[in-house]
Amino acid sequence: MADNRADTRVSMRTPLARVKGLGASGHGVEHWWIHRMTAVSNIPLIIAFVIIVAALAASPSYQDAIAIISHPLVAIILILAVISVTNHMRLGMQIVIEDYVHDKGLKIAAVIANNFYAVIIGVACLYAILKVSLGRILV
Amino acid sequence: MAEAKVAPRPLSPHLQIYRWSWTMAMSVVHRITGVALYGGIALFAVWLVALASGPNAFDNVQWFFGSPIGYLVLFGYTWILMHHMLGGVRHLVWDFGHGMEAAQRINMARFTLVGSVALTLAIWVVAFIAF
Repeated sequence: MADNRADTRVSMRTPLARVKGLGASGHGVEHWWIHRMTAVSNIPLIIAFVIIVAALAASPSYQDAIAIISHPLVAIILILAVISVTNHMRLGMQIVIEDYVHDKGLKIAAVIANNFYAVIIGVACLYAILKVSLGRILV
Repeated sequence: MAEAKVAPRPLSPHLQIYRWSWTMAMSVVHRITGVALYGGIALFAVWLVALASGPNAFDNVQWFFGSPIGYLVLFGYTWILMHHMLGGVRHLVWDFGHGMEAAQRINMARFTLVGSVALTLAIWVVAFIAF
């Protein structure tokens, strides 16, 4: 028997949407991908971070801490770590929010707060690292 | 159109219905440690901002981190960080399509716990001896 319905396999998506390939979320796999990319970059940066913090814990005076943080290699590693980690945690917390917060308004508020928190932490850390280290030449 | 009635629909059971397994436990811990790190990084931000503020603010923050509670927080933070890192490596291995067999999954989950405890102890022992 002939099936006279319109082809049920026809996609409702426009050719432009299909060629962009960004899906219903509007940003494709960007969230997932940056989460993985920052996961990879976190590994060496966190190992370096742990070593730096151990060195800081061993010499607790203010001058020592300033000297360690203002070393260019330390400052650069910490800046990279802050950028990588704050992005990773922002993406991760958004997944947690989307899993557990079902009320739409509350979810939007939580995602906004999450973004604000990550940016505040990131800017605070970067400002402090730069303020301590810029212009300070170790003699 | 008549108003749609909301029928009592069956819900998928939550965690408490399942028998705990290594993979499930480490999956839950991975998420909890991630949330803990999310909050804990504020401590590092406070430490850095205090350093940038001057010796007085810095000494106050150092007093906290040098106290028994401060050490406990740092020790706990080390384990949480190591556990989340090893759990993350496990996820990256899965992303490449490896380690999907039952025995591999369970061994990797066990390794996350054993490895994170071992790394944490190693970091603290080395930090105390080397520095």
